[in-house]
Amino acid sequence: MSEQIICKNAALGYEDGIVTEGLNFTVNSGDYLCILGENGSGKSTLIKALLGLKPQISGEIKWCGGFSAKDIGYLPQQTPVQRDFPASVREVVLSGCLSKMGFFPFYRAAEKKLAKDTMKQLGIESLENKCYRELSGGQQQRVLLARALCAASRMLLLDEPVTGLDPHAQTELYELVAKLNKSGISIIMVSHDIASAVKYASHILHISKKQLFFGKTSDYLNSPVGKKYIEGWGNENE
Amino acid sequence: MSELISTLQYYFSYPFVRYAMIVGLLVALCASLLGVTLVLKRFSFIGDGLSHVAFGAMAAAAVTGITDRMIIIMPVTVLSAVLLLRTGKNTKIKGDASIAMISVSALAIGYILMNVFPVSSNISADVCGSLFGSTSILNLKSGDVWLCFIMSAIVLIFFTLFYNKIFSVTFDESFSKATGINSDLYNLMIAVVTAVIIVIAMNLVGSLLISALIIFPALSAMRLFKSFKSVTICAAIISVVCAGLGIILSILLSTPVGATIVAADLAAFLVFSGISTVCARK
Repeated sequence: MSEQIICKNAALGYEDGIVTEGLNFTVNSGDYLCILGENGSGKSTLIKALLGLKPQISGEIKWCGGFSAKDIGYLPQQTPVQRDFPASVREVVLSGCLSKMGFFPFYRAAEKKLAKDTMKQLGIESLENKCYRELSGGQQQRVLLARALCAASRMLLLDEPVTGLDPHAQTELYELVAKLNKSGISIIMVSHDIASAVKYASHILHISKKQLFFGKTSDYLNSPVGKKYIEGWGNENE
Repeated sequence: MSELISTLQYYFSYPFVRYAMIVGLLVALCASLLGVTLVLKRFSFIGDGLSHVAFGAMAAAAVTGITDRMIIIMPVTVLSAVLLLRTGKNTKIKGDASIAMISVSALAIGYILMNVFPVSSNISADVCGSLFGSTSILNLKSGDVWLCFIMSAIVLIFFTLFYNKIFSVTFDESFSKATGINSDLYNLMIAVVTAVIIVIAMNLVGSLLISALIIFPALSAMRLFKSFKSVTICAAIISVVCAGLGIILSILLSTPVGATIVAADLAAFLVFSGISTVCARK
Protein backbone atom coordinates (compact mmCIF):
# COMPACT_ATOMS: atom_id res chain seq x y z
CA MET A 1 0.00 0.00 0.00
CA SER A 2 1.73 3.13 -1.13
CA GLU A 3 0.27 6.58 -1.37
CA GLN A 4 -0.38 7.89 -4.88
CA ILE A 5 -2.26 11.13 -4.30
CA ILE A 6 -2.39 13.18 -1.11
CA CYS A 7 -4.74 16.14 -0.95
CA LYS A 8 -4.24 18.44 2.04
CA ASN A 9 -6.73 21.17 2.85
CA ALA A 10 -7.05 22.09 -0.82
CA ALA A 11 -9.39 24.76 -2.15
CA LEU A 12 -10.36 24.68 -5.82
CA GLY A 13 -12.02 27.20 -8.09
CA TYR A 14 -11.63 29.95 -10.63
CA GLU A 15 -10.39 33.53 -10.48
CA ASP A 16 -13.82 34.78 -9.46
CA GLY A 17 -14.45 32.40 -6.61
CA ILE A 18 -13.87 29.17 -4.77
CA VAL A 19 -15.96 26.21 -5.92
CA THR A 20 -15.04 23.72 -3.24
CA GLU A 21 -12.69 23.78 -0.25
CA GLY A 22 -11.40 21.90 2.74
CA LEU A 23 -10.49 18.81 0.74
CA ASN A 24 -8.47 16.25 2.71
CA PHE A 25 -8.04 12.79 1.29
CA THR A 26 -5.50 10.19 0.24
CA VAL A 27 -5.54 7.70 -2.59
CA ASN A 28 -3.40 4.60 -2.03
CA SER A 29 -2.45 2.20 -4.77
CA GLY A 30 -5.22 -0.36 -5.22
CA ASP A 31 -7.92 1.91 -3.78
CA TYR A 32 -11.33 2.29 -5.36
CA LEU A 33 -12.44 5.82 -4.49
CA CYS A 34 -15.88 7.07 -5.37
CA ILE A 35 -16.48 10.83 -5.43
CA LEU A 36 -20.08 11.72 -4.68
CA GLY A 37 -21.78 15.10 -4.80
CA GLU A 38 -24.63 17.08 -6.26
CA ASN A 39 -24.33 18.94 -9.56
CA GLY A 40 -22.23 22.05 -9.07
CA SER A 41 -20.54 20.70 -5.96
CA GLY A 42 -17.13 20.99 -7.58
CA LYS A 43 -16.66 17.45 -8.89
CA SER A 44 -15.51 18.46 -12.35
CA THR A 45 -13.17 21.09 -10.87
CA LEU A 46 -11.69 18.38 -8.65
CA ILE A 47 -11.15 16.16 -11.69
CA LYS A 48 -9.25 18.94 -13.46
CA ALA A 49 -7.11 19.44 -10.36
CA LEU A 50 -6.32 15.72 -10.06
CA LEU A 51 -5.32 15.62 -13.73
CA GLY A 52 -3.01 18.55 -13.14
CA LEU A 53 -4.92 20.81 -15.53
CA LYS A 54 -6.02 23.37 -12.95
CA PRO A 55 -3.80 24.24 -9.99
CA GLN A 56 -5.47 24.52 -6.59
CA ILE A 57 -6.06 27.99 -5.10
CA SER A 58 -4.66 27.04 -1.72
CA GLY A 59 -3.61 23.91 0.13
CA GLU A 60 -1.72 21.05 -1.42
CA ILE A 61 -2.26 18.25 -3.91
CA LYS A 62 0.68 15.89 -4.07
CA TRP A 63 1.37 13.01 -6.42
CA CYS A 64 3.73 10.62 -4.62
CA GLY A 65 6.18 7.84 -5.26
CA GLY A 66 7.15 8.67 -8.83
CA PHE A 67 3.47 8.97 -9.63
CA SER A 68 2.36 12.08 -11.52
CA ALA A 69 -0.83 13.54 -12.96
CA LYS A 70 0.25 12.11 -16.33
CA ASP A 71 -0.02 8.57 -14.93
CA ILE A 72 -3.78 8.84 -14.60
CA GLY A 73 -5.83 7.25 -17.35
CA TYR A 74 -8.83 9.48 -17.88
CA LEU A 75 -12.28 8.50 -19.09
CA PRO A 76 -14.12 11.78 -19.75
CA GLN A 77 -17.83 12.18 -20.31
CA GLN A 78 -18.91 11.64 -23.89
CA THR A 79 -19.29 14.74 -26.04
CA PRO A 80 -21.84 15.33 -28.83
CA VAL A 81 -18.94 15.48 -31.32
CA GLN A 82 -18.12 11.83 -30.71
CA ARG A 83 -21.59 10.55 -31.49
CA ASP A 84 -21.19 10.95 -35.25
CA PHE A 85 -17.41 10.75 -35.44
CA PRO A 86 -16.00 8.49 -38.15
CA ALA A 87 -13.27 6.57 -36.34
CA SER A 88 -12.46 2.89 -36.03
CA VAL A 89 -12.10 1.32 -32.59
CA ARG A 90 -8.43 0.73 -33.32
CA GLU A 91 -7.82 4.40 -34.07
CA VAL A 92 -9.49 5.49 -30.84
CA VAL A 93 -7.61 3.01 -28.66
CA LEU A 94 -4.28 3.83 -30.34
CA SER A 95 -4.76 7.51 -29.61
CA GLY A 96 -4.33 6.64 -25.94
CA CYS A 97 -0.70 5.79 -26.68
CA LEU A 98 0.11 9.31 -27.88
CA SER A 99 1.37 10.42 -24.50
CA LYS A 100 4.08 7.75 -24.65
CA MET A 101 5.42 9.01 -27.97
CA GLY A 102 6.55 12.54 -27.20
CA PHE A 103 7.30 14.34 -30.42
CA PHE A 104 7.61 11.19 -32.50
CA PRO A 105 4.81 11.51 -35.04
CA PHE A 106 3.82 7.91 -35.85
CA TYR A 107 2.77 4.79 -33.93
CA ARG A 108 5.54 2.22 -33.53
CA ALA A 109 5.26 -1.53 -33.03
CA ALA A 110 5.29 -1.15 -29.24
CA GLU A 111 2.27 1.15 -29.26
CA LYS A 112 0.38 -1.09 -31.68
CA LYS A 113 1.05 -4.10 -29.46
CA LEU A 114 -0.05 -2.22 -26.34
CA ALA A 115 -3.30 -1.22 -28.06
CA LYS A 116 -3.92 -4.78 -29.20
CA ASP A 117 -3.21 -6.29 -25.77
CA THR A 118 -5.46 -3.76 -24.05
CA MET A 119 -8.30 -4.49 -26.46
CA LYS A 120 -7.87 -8.18 -25.71
CA GLN A 121 -7.87 -7.50 -21.96
CA LEU A 122 -11.21 -5.67 -22.22
CA GLY A 123 -12.74 -8.19 -24.64
CA ILE A 124 -13.19 -5.79 -27.54
CA GLU A 125 -10.63 -7.23 -29.97
CA SER A 126 -13.41 -8.41 -32.29
CA LEU A 127 -14.57 -4.79 -32.64
CA GLU A 128 -11.13 -3.56 -33.74
CA ASN A 129 -12.19 -2.46 -37.22
CA LYS A 130 -15.74 -1.46 -36.35
CA CYS A 131 -16.84 2.15 -36.49
CA TYR A 132 -16.97 3.81 -33.08
CA ARG A 133 -20.28 5.62 -33.70
CA GLU A 134 -22.06 2.36 -34.58
CA LEU A 135 -21.26 0.65 -31.27
CA SER A 136 -23.65 0.39 -28.35
CA GLY A 137 -23.15 2.76 -25.41
CA GLY A 138 -21.55 0.01 -23.31
CA GLN A 139 -19.15 -0.96 -26.06
CA GLN A 140 -18.18 2.69 -26.57
CA GLN A 141 -17.30 3.00 -22.89
CA ARG A 142 -15.15 -0.13 -23.14
CA VAL A 143 -13.30 1.41 -26.07
CA LEU A 144 -12.69 4.62 -24.13
CA LEU A 145 -11.59 2.54 -21.13
CA ALA A 146 -9.09 0.74 -23.35
CA ARG A 147 -7.80 4.10 -24.57
CA ALA A 148 -7.40 5.32 -20.99
CA LEU A 149 -5.51 2.14 -20.06
CA CYS A 150 -3.15 2.65 -23.00
CA ALA A 151 -2.34 6.09 -21.64
CA ALA A 152 -1.77 4.96 -18.06
CA SER A 153 -1.85 1.59 -16.44
CA ARG A 154 -1.72 2.42 -12.71
CA MET A 155 -4.73 4.61 -12.07
CA LEU A 156 -8.02 5.29 -13.84
CA LEU A 157 -10.17 8.37 -13.36
CA LEU A 158 -13.73 7.84 -14.60
CA ASP A 159 -16.15 10.74 -14.93
CA GLU A 160 -19.73 9.47 -14.56
CA PRO A 161 -19.05 6.48 -16.81
CA VAL A 162 -22.52 4.89 -16.68
CA THR A 163 -24.49 7.96 -17.80
CA GLY A 164 -26.82 6.98 -20.64
CA LEU A 165 -26.20 3.24 -20.39
CA ASP A 166 -29.01 0.72 -19.93
CA PRO A 167 -29.04 -1.14 -16.56
CA HIS A 168 -27.46 -4.29 -18.00
CA ALA A 169 -24.59 -2.36 -19.58
CA GLN A 170 -24.14 -0.39 -16.34
CA THR A 171 -23.67 -3.59 -14.33
CA GLU A 172 -21.24 -4.94 -16.94
CA LEU A 173 -19.17 -1.76 -16.80
CA TYR A 174 -19.09 -1.77 -12.98
CA GLU A 175 -17.99 -5.41 -12.96
CA LEU A 176 -15.29 -4.66 -15.50
CA VAL A 177 -13.98 -1.73 -13.49
CA ALA A 178 -14.04 -3.87 -10.32
CA LYS A 179 -12.03 -6.53 -12.16
CA LEU A 180 -9.46 -3.96 -13.24
CA ASN A 181 -9.29 -2.72 -9.65
CA LYS A 182 -8.61 -6.26 -8.39
CA SER A 183 -5.74 -6.54 -10.85
CA GLY A 184 -4.09 -3.65 -8.99
CA ILE A 185 -5.22 -0.53 -10.81
CA SER A 186 -6.39 2.29 -8.56
CA ILE A 187 -9.80 3.66 -9.48
CA ILE A 188 -11.27 7.10 -8.90
CA MET A 189 -14.86 7.33 -10.05
CA VAL A 190 -17.11 10.36 -10.07
CA SER A 191 -20.68 9.17 -9.80
CA HIS A 192 -24.32 9.95 -9.12
CA ASP A 193 -25.16 6.32 -8.60
CA ILE A 194 -24.81 5.92 -4.83
CA ALA A 195 -26.10 2.34 -4.71
CA SER A 196 -23.28 1.12 -6.95
CA ALA A 197 -20.79 3.45 -5.29
CA VAL A 198 -21.26 1.85 -1.87
CA LYS A 199 -21.37 -1.61 -3.43
CA TYR A 200 -18.07 -1.41 -5.33
CA ALA A 201 -15.92 1.37 -3.85
CA SER A 202 -13.49 0.89 -1.00
CA HIS A 203 -13.50 4.59 -0.11
CA ILE A 204 -16.00 7.41 -0.48
CA LEU A 205 -15.36 11.13 -0.84
CA HIS A 206 -18.53 13.19 -0.55
CA ILE A 207 -18.26 16.87 -1.44
CA SER A 208 -20.65 19.78 -1.62
CA LYS A 209 -18.91 23.17 -1.72
CA LYS A 210 -16.77 21.67 1.04
CA GLN A 211 -15.79 18.17 2.03
CA LEU A 212 -18.61 16.33 3.84
CA PHE A 213 -17.02 12.92 4.22
CA PHE A 214 -13.92 10.97 3.40
CA GLY A 215 -13.21 7.45 4.56
CA LYS A 216 -13.95 3.78 4.15
CA THR A 217 -17.25 2.84 2.56
CA SER A 218 -18.39 0.91 5.67
CA ASP A 219 -17.84 4.03 7.80
CA TYR A 220 -19.72 6.14 5.26
CA LEU A 221 -22.80 3.92 5.57
CA ASN A 222 -22.90 4.63 9.32
CA SER A 223 -22.07 8.33 9.12
CA PRO A 224 -24.87 10.93 9.40
CA VAL A 225 -24.12 12.39 5.94
CA GLY A 226 -24.06 8.97 4.35
CA LYS A 227 -27.31 7.87 6.01
CA LYS A 228 -29.03 11.07 4.94
CA TYR A 229 -27.81 10.85 1.35
CA ILE A 230 -28.73 7.20 0.93
CA GLU A 231 -32.16 7.82 2.41
CA GLY A 232 -32.76 10.79 0.11
CA TRP A 233 -31.66 8.78 -2.87
CA GLY A 234 -33.99 5.94 -1.89
CA ASN A 235 -36.96 8.28 -1.62
CA GLU A 236 -36.26 9.82 -4.99
CA ASN A 237 -36.36 6.44 -6.63
CA GLU A 238 -39.57 5.17 -5.11
CA MET B 1 -14.60 13.33 -78.34
CA SER B 2 -11.39 13.93 -80.24
CA GLU B 3 -12.61 17.47 -80.73
CA LEU B 4 -12.88 17.90 -76.97
CA ILE B 5 -9.39 16.53 -76.46
CA SER B 6 -7.90 18.82 -79.06
CA THR B 7 -9.68 21.79 -77.44
CA LEU B 8 -8.17 20.83 -74.11
CA GLN B 9 -4.75 20.36 -75.68
CA TYR B 10 -5.04 23.79 -77.22
CA TYR B 11 -5.88 25.38 -73.86
CA PHE B 12 -3.26 23.48 -71.89
CA SER B 13 -0.55 24.70 -74.26
CA TYR B 14 -0.94 28.04 -72.46
CA PRO B 15 1.10 28.25 -69.27
CA PHE B 16 -1.59 30.17 -67.38
CA VAL B 17 -4.05 27.33 -67.85
CA ARG B 18 -1.49 24.84 -66.58
CA TYR B 19 -0.78 27.10 -63.58
CA ALA B 20 -4.48 27.29 -62.85
CA MET B 21 -4.70 23.51 -62.88
CA ILE B 22 -1.71 23.01 -60.56
CA VAL B 23 -2.87 25.65 -58.08
CA GLY B 24 -6.42 24.32 -58.23
CA LEU B 25 -5.43 20.76 -57.42
CA LEU B 26 -3.05 21.74 -54.61
CA VAL B 27 -5.55 24.06 -52.95
CA ALA B 28 -8.29 21.46 -53.24
CA LEU B 29 -6.04 18.85 -51.62
CA CYS B 30 -5.06 21.04 -48.65
CA ALA B 31 -8.57 22.35 -48.10
CA SER B 32 -10.06 18.87 -48.00
CA LEU B 33 -7.47 17.52 -45.54
CA LEU B 34 -8.18 20.27 -43.08
CA GLY B 35 -11.87 20.16 -43.85
CA VAL B 36 -12.27 16.79 -42.15
CA THR B 37 -11.02 18.20 -38.85
CA LEU B 38 -12.92 21.46 -39.19
CA VAL B 39 -16.23 19.73 -39.91
CA LEU B 40 -15.78 17.26 -37.05
CA LYS B 41 -14.75 19.93 -34.58
CA ARG B 42 -17.80 21.99 -35.61
CA PHE B 43 -15.45 24.68 -36.89
CA SER B 44 -16.91 24.87 -40.42
CA PHE B 45 -18.16 28.38 -39.67
CA ILE B 46 -14.62 29.61 -38.97
CA GLY B 47 -13.70 28.85 -42.57
CA ASP B 48 -16.68 30.83 -43.74
CA GLY B 49 -15.97 33.78 -41.45
CA LEU B 50 -12.30 33.89 -42.41
CA SER B 51 -13.05 33.97 -46.11
CA HIS B 52 -15.04 37.16 -45.61
CA VAL B 53 -12.26 38.68 -43.57
CA ALA B 54 -9.88 37.84 -46.39
CA PHE B 55 -12.19 39.66 -48.80
CA GLY B 56 -12.15 42.77 -46.62
CA ALA B 57 -8.37 42.57 -46.30
CA MET B 58 -8.02 42.26 -50.05
CA ALA B 59 -10.12 45.38 -50.60
CA ALA B 60 -8.00 47.26 -48.09
CA ALA B 61 -4.82 46.02 -49.76
CA ALA B 62 -6.08 47.17 -53.15
CA VAL B 63 -6.65 50.67 -51.77
CA THR B 64 -3.10 50.98 -50.51
CA GLY B 65 -1.90 50.19 -54.01
CA ILE B 66 0.68 47.65 -52.91
CA THR B 67 1.50 45.26 -55.73
CA ASP B 68 2.01 42.26 -53.47
CA ARG B 69 -1.33 42.18 -51.70
CA MET B 70 -0.45 39.00 -49.78
CA ILE B 71 1.61 41.11 -47.37
CA ILE B 72 -1.62 42.56 -46.01
CA ILE B 73 -4.13 39.77 -46.64
CA MET B 74 -2.17 36.94 -45.04
CA PRO B 75 -1.38 38.52 -41.63
CA VAL B 76 -4.88 40.02 -41.27
CA THR B 77 -6.56 36.70 -41.98
CA VAL B 78 -4.24 34.70 -39.73
CA LEU B 79 -4.77 37.20 -36.93
CA SER B 80 -8.54 36.95 -37.35
CA ALA B 81 -8.27 33.16 -37.20
CA VAL B 82 -6.56 33.42 -33.83
CA LEU B 83 -9.12 35.93 -32.56
CA LEU B 84 -12.09 33.91 -33.80
CA LEU B 85 -10.81 30.85 -32.00
CA ARG B 86 -10.46 32.81 -28.77
CA THR B 87 -13.92 34.34 -29.01
CA GLY B 88 -15.39 30.92 -29.74
CA LYS B 89 -14.87 29.92 -26.12
CA ASN B 90 -15.82 32.28 -23.36
CA THR B 91 -16.94 35.75 -24.25
CA LYS B 92 -20.16 37.68 -23.94
CA ILE B 93 -20.98 37.34 -27.62
CA LYS B 94 -21.23 33.64 -28.43
CA GLY B 95 -19.03 32.01 -31.06
CA ASP B 96 -21.42 31.76 -33.97
CA ALA B 97 -22.83 35.25 -33.44
CA SER B 98 -19.37 36.82 -33.30
CA ILE B 99 -18.36 35.03 -36.51
CA ALA B 100 -21.48 36.30 -38.27
CA MET B 101 -20.74 39.79 -37.00
CA ILE B 102 -17.13 39.75 -38.13
CA SER B 103 -17.87 38.31 -41.56
CA VAL B 104 -20.61 40.77 -42.52
CA SER B 105 -18.57 43.70 -41.20
CA ALA B 106 -15.56 42.62 -43.25
CA LEU B 107 -17.75 42.24 -46.34
CA ALA B 108 -19.36 45.66 -45.84
CA ILE B 109 -16.11 47.50 -45.17
CA GLY B 110 -14.45 45.76 -48.10
CA TYR B 111 -17.26 46.80 -50.42
CA ILE B 112 -17.22 50.40 -49.15
CA LEU B 113 -13.46 50.62 -49.67
CA MET B 114 -13.77 49.25 -53.18
CA ASN B 115 -16.40 51.87 -54.01
CA VAL B 116 -14.74 54.87 -52.36
CA PHE B 117 -11.30 54.12 -53.79
CA PRO B 118 -12.00 52.39 -57.09
CA VAL B 119 -8.94 50.63 -58.52
CA SER B 120 -10.43 50.18 -61.95
CA SER B 121 -13.44 51.69 -63.73
CA ASN B 122 -15.52 48.55 -63.43
CA ILE B 123 -16.20 48.17 -59.72
CA SER B 124 -18.87 45.50 -59.95
CA ALA B 125 -16.55 43.29 -61.99
CA ASP B 126 -13.85 43.70 -59.33
CA VAL B 127 -16.24 42.83 -56.53
CA CYS B 128 -17.72 39.93 -58.42
CA GLY B 129 -14.22 38.69 -59.22
CA SER B 130 -13.07 38.64 -55.63
CA LEU B 131 -16.30 37.11 -54.35
CA PHE B 132 -16.66 34.40 -56.97
CA GLY B 133 -13.11 34.16 -58.29
CA SER B 134 -14.33 34.60 -61.85
CA THR B 135 -11.19 35.17 -63.86
CA SER B 136 -8.37 35.76 -61.40
CA ILE B 137 -7.19 32.15 -61.51
CA LEU B 138 -6.23 32.65 -65.15
CA ASN B 139 -4.08 35.65 -64.25
CA LEU B 140 -1.69 33.67 -62.04
CA LYS B 141 2.01 34.25 -62.57
CA SER B 142 4.67 31.65 -61.93
CA GLY B 143 5.50 33.44 -58.66
CA ASP B 144 1.97 32.84 -57.41
CA VAL B 145 2.23 29.21 -58.35
CA TRP B 146 5.47 28.87 -56.40
CA LEU B 147 3.93 30.54 -53.36
CA CYS B 148 0.98 28.20 -53.56
CA PHE B 149 3.31 25.24 -54.00
CA ILE B 150 5.36 26.10 -50.90
CA MET B 151 2.29 26.81 -48.78
CA SER B 152 0.69 23.52 -49.84
CA ALA B 153 3.89 21.65 -49.00
CA ILE B 154 3.90 23.22 -45.53
CA VAL B 155 0.26 22.27 -44.98
CA LEU B 156 0.88 18.69 -46.14
CA ILE B 157 3.94 18.27 -43.91
CA PHE B 158 2.06 19.77 -40.94
CA PHE B 159 -0.82 17.41 -41.52
CA THR B 160 1.29 14.26 -41.91
CA LEU B 161 3.52 14.93 -38.91
CA PHE B 162 0.69 15.80 -36.57
CA TYR B 163 -1.94 13.49 -38.05
CA ASN B 164 -2.29 11.32 -34.93
CA LYS B 165 -2.35 14.27 -32.58
CA ILE B 166 -4.88 16.09 -34.74
CA PHE B 167 -7.04 12.97 -34.55
CA SER B 168 -6.80 12.87 -30.77
CA VAL B 169 -7.54 16.58 -30.34
CA THR B 170 -10.47 16.37 -32.76
CA PHE B 171 -11.97 13.24 -31.23
CA ASP B 172 -11.66 14.14 -27.57
CA GLU B 173 -10.17 17.39 -26.38
CA SER B 174 -10.50 16.72 -22.66
CA PHE B 175 -8.77 13.36 -22.95
CA SER B 176 -5.90 14.69 -25.01
CA LYS B 177 -5.43 17.54 -22.55
CA ALA B 178 -5.29 15.02 -19.72
CA THR B 179 -2.60 13.00 -21.49
CA GLY B 180 -0.44 16.08 -21.86
CA ILE B 181 -1.17 17.10 -25.44
CA ASN B 182 -1.34 20.86 -25.73
CA SER B 183 -4.71 20.94 -27.44
CA ASP B 184 -4.96 24.74 -27.37
CA LEU B 185 -1.75 24.91 -29.38
CA TYR B 186 -3.08 22.41 -31.91
CA ASN B 187 -6.37 24.30 -32.21
CA LEU B 188 -4.36 27.44 -32.83
CA MET B 189 -2.23 25.75 -35.49
CA ILE B 190 -5.33 24.35 -37.18
CA ALA B 191 -6.87 27.83 -37.28
CA VAL B 192 -3.69 29.40 -38.67
CA VAL B 193 -3.32 26.74 -41.36
CA THR B 194 -7.00 27.21 -42.24
CA ALA B 195 -6.39 30.92 -42.69
CA VAL B 196 -3.41 30.24 -44.96
CA ILE B 197 -5.43 27.84 -47.11
CA ILE B 198 -8.30 30.29 -47.39
CA VAL B 199 -6.05 33.09 -48.56
CA ILE B 200 -4.50 30.85 -51.21
CA ALA B 201 -7.86 29.44 -52.24
CA MET B 202 -9.31 32.90 -52.65
CA ASN B 203 -7.56 33.21 -55.99
CA LEU B 204 -9.18 30.03 -57.15
CA VAL B 205 -12.81 30.05 -56.13
CA GLY B 206 -13.30 33.51 -54.64
CA SER B 207 -14.07 34.25 -51.04
CA LEU B 208 -17.76 33.30 -51.05
CA LEU B 209 -17.18 29.78 -52.31
CA ILE B 210 -14.15 28.70 -50.27
CA SER B 211 -16.22 27.05 -47.54
CA ALA B 212 -17.52 24.64 -50.14
CA LEU B 213 -13.98 23.50 -50.92
CA ILE B 214 -13.37 22.88 -47.22
CA ILE B 215 -16.58 21.18 -46.11
CA PHE B 216 -18.00 19.35 -49.14
CA PRO B 217 -15.32 16.66 -49.63
CA ALA B 218 -15.29 15.87 -45.89
CA LEU B 219 -19.08 15.62 -45.74
CA SER B 220 -19.20 13.41 -48.84
CA ALA B 221 -16.49 11.08 -47.51
CA MET B 222 -18.20 10.81 -44.12
CA ARG B 223 -21.34 9.49 -45.80
CA LEU B 224 -19.58 6.31 -46.84
CA PHE B 225 -16.43 5.78 -44.80
CA LYS B 226 -16.14 4.85 -41.18
CA SER B 227 -12.59 5.38 -40.01
CA PHE B 228 -10.77 8.68 -39.69
CA LYS B 229 -8.02 7.57 -42.05
CA SER B 230 -10.35 6.39 -44.81
CA VAL B 231 -12.45 9.55 -44.50
CA THR B 232 -9.36 11.73 -44.79
CA ILE B 233 -7.99 9.87 -47.81
CA CYS B 234 -11.37 9.73 -49.53
CA ALA B 235 -11.99 13.45 -48.93
CA ALA B 236 -8.62 14.29 -50.49
CA ILE B 237 -9.38 12.17 -53.55
CA ILE B 238 -12.90 13.57 -54.00
CA SER B 239 -11.61 17.10 -53.66
CA VAL B 240 -8.78 16.70 -56.17
CA VAL B 241 -10.98 14.91 -58.70
CA CYS B 242 -13.75 17.51 -58.40
CA ALA B 243 -11.30 20.38 -58.73
CA GLY B 244 -9.71 18.84 -61.81
CA LEU B 245 -13.08 18.05 -63.34
CA GLY B 246 -14.39 21.50 -62.49
CA ILE B 247 -11.47 23.27 -64.12
CA ILE B 248 -11.68 21.15 -67.29
CA LEU B 249 -15.46 21.57 -67.54
CA SER B 250 -15.18 25.32 -67.02
CA ILE B 251 -12.75 25.49 -69.95
CA LEU B 252 -14.93 23.38 -72.23
CA LEU B 253 -18.23 25.02 -71.30
CA SER B 254 -16.80 28.53 -70.65
CA THR B 255 -18.35 28.62 -67.17
CA PRO B 256 -16.81 30.40 -64.14
CA VAL B 257 -14.03 28.23 -62.67
CA GLY B 258 -14.86 28.51 -58.96
CA ALA B 259 -18.57 27.97 -59.32
CA THR B 260 -18.01 24.94 -61.57
CA ILE B 261 -15.68 23.32 -59.02
CA VAL B 262 -18.23 23.87 -56.27
CA ALA B 263 -20.98 22.43 -58.49
CA ALA B 264 -18.80 19.35 -59.06
CA ASP B 265 -18.33 19.03 -55.27
CA LEU B 266 -22.07 19.27 -54.78
CA ALA B 267 -22.63 16.58 -57.41
CA ALA B 268 -20.13 14.31 -55.64
CA PHE B 269 -21.91 14.90 -52.34
CA LEU B 270 -25.27 13.97 -53.85
CA VAL B 271 -23.82 10.82 -55.40
CA PHE B 272 -22.23 9.74 -52.09
CA SER B 273 -25.42 10.50 -50.18
CA GLY B 274 -27.37 8.42 -52.68
CA ILE B 275 -25.00 5.49 -52.33
CA SER B 276 -25.08 5.62 -48.53
CA THR B 277 -28.90 5.70 -48.52
CA VAL B 278 -29.02 2.68 -50.83
CA CYS B 279 -26.47 0.83 -48.66
CA ALA B 280 -28.42 1.62 -45.50
CA ARG B 281 -31.61 0.12 -46.95
CA LYS B 282 -29.99 -3.21 -47.75
